[in-house]
Amino acid sequence: MSVTSINRGGEVTIRDLSKSFPIAGRELAVLRSLDLDIRSGECLVIVGASGSGKTTLLRILAGLEAADNGTVAIDGRKVEGVGAERAVIFQEPRLLPWLSVLGNVAFGLEVRGVPKPEAEERARFYIALVGLAEFADAWPRQLSGGMAQRVGIARALTVQPGILLLDEPLGALDAMTKISMQEELARIWSEENVTMVLVTHDLEEAIYLADRVLILPKEKGGAARLISIDLPRPRDRSESHFVRYREGLLREFGLH
Amino acid sequence: MTLQHMERPVGIGTHEGTERIGAGGLGMDFQRLTVRTTVRIISRYGVLVGFLALWQAAASSGWVNAAVLPPVDMIVAALWKGLAGGSLLGDIAISLQRAGLAFAAAVIIAIPLGLVMGQVRAVETALDPILQLFRQTSALALYPVFILLLGLGEASKVFVIFWATLFPLLLNTISGVKEVDPKLLEMARVYGARRLTVFRRVVLPGAVPSIFVGLRLGATTALLLLIASEMIGANKGIGFQVMNAQYNFQIPLMFAAIVILAALGLIANQVLVSLQRRLCRWNDPVS
Ligand SMILES: Nc1ncnc2c1ncn2[C@@H]1O[C@H](COP(=O)(O)OP(=O)(O)OP(=O)(O)O)[C@@H](O)[C@H]1O
Ligand SMILES: [Mg+2]
Repeated sequence: MSVTSINRGGEVTIRDLSKSFPIAGRELAVLRSLDLDIRSGECLVIVGASGSGKTTLLRILAGLEAADNGTVAIDGRKVEGVGAERAVIFQEPRLLPWLSVLGNVAFGLEVRGVPKPEAEERARFYIALVGLAEFADAWPRQLSGGMAQRVGIARALTVQPGILLLDEPLGALDAMTKISMQEELARIWSEENVTMVLVTHDLEEAIYLADRVLILPKEKGGAARLISIDLPRPRDRSESHFVRYREGLLREFGLH
Repeated sequence: MTLQHMERPVGIGTHEGTERIGAGGLGMDFQRLTVRTTVRIISRYGVLVGFLALWQAAASSGWVNAAVLPPVDMIVAALWKGLAGGSLLGDIAISLQRAGLAFAAAVIIAIPLGLVMGQVRAVETALDPILQLFRQTSALALYPVFILLLGLGEASKVFVIFWATLFPLLLNTISGVKEVDPKLLEMARVYGARRLTVFRRVVLPGAVPSIFVGLRLGATTALLLLIASEMIGANKGIGFQVMNAQYNFQIPLMFAAIVILAALGLIANQVLVSLQRRLCRWNDPVS
């Protein structure tokens, strides 16, 4: 069975997007008329200070949150609610504890009406892709944090989305696991031909994975900035250009 | 089962075990396993056996009044007579029928109702005040009312048990449904799950452990109310036998009936525990 597909990445067009939340009786503007084009198949990484609206932006793209103003369109179609061309990977794995690894990974497809045998066959492919073939029958509570997160990633990949939305997917992992998972994400992204939008706090992770980095401003009136990372892949964290990008990003945050 | 028996293999096992592993230490392993099992049995049932032994000694040596606390062997004899002779079997049957009927009716009503109440805000809002009122009113206090309404026969007995069993079942089912992790619900939504699918695949399995808490509490409550109802206006049943034997000063028989009640409680609980194990293997730390 061949499950890798030709370019199925989606193109995202964000126009004049605004969102505010009422906090303590006042309207807190989180996103202020944001314009952004995400190219099909690109890896866009969103960084920004805590509270700058990274999660909010991702949730709007996912269709879990409605914008106050402006539009999001995917391949020209306006986003209203969740959609089959998008999958979300949260900071926590969010596995169903009563399903095995296989059951969890097949869950997305089954919910979409794919017959169980077919769903499980495809699930097995992606379980193997994230390196957990031997754990297909394990229960979630028997997995380490990194393994559980990989199950969550496999579940998202199994529905073969055009756009993969990830909110600090590696945020809870230890440094070693994190680095190997970053390599895995880079590999999956290039093999699966998917548009990836990833939120992270980790600048090194951003440079390692991104085609472009979007920096969300913290203070009112600041503008979002886009930085292209023009480095060949696979990338080398210790290489001088990589280090220079890192210093540049630190400077953006006023930390250098 | 003596201390010597326990200690010897432990001592040798730790010494020689290392050398013997390569040379087929099967006998050793087996011995160690037996020792471990013995230790486990002692640590689990030691206090219970001690309690029974103390009782026996106290009653047969005259420390306590044997007419009030008869020795264990007399209770066992009365129990054996009642069971093997068949005189208590009819009581067990009628008690099981009352409690079983009431428990089954409570399950059939409380679980579906609880699932709906936990899911549909409007239903819960509407039913919660009356539920709280009923819950806070002791079922025993209502028993005279049920007797007035349903007569002193089977109906009022089954109904009072049913009534008391309903609440732990209902409340635990509701909280099981409401406490399902909203992050899991959101995950299911992201994959496009519709409401019924979310209910079937996320809410319901997530509520099962809590429903079992309700079932076990309900079983305990059912037995409790069974006894209470059989102490008033019954002429058959284990609860009746406890009262009747005490009245006729057949103290061993009274204790025999109490032992049967305890056994029924233990069996009911054990059945539910093993059912839960089977249904919730994902949750079970030993498997
Ligand atoms: N559902 C909500 N209701 C009210 N306020 C919210 C809600 N979601 C987010 N906010 C507010 O919006 C702002 C941005 O939140 P968001 O979670 O998008 O930040 P973030 O960039 O993801 O931060 P972090 O890096 O800490 O995850 C915060 O000030 C937060 O208080
Ligand atoms: Mg966030």
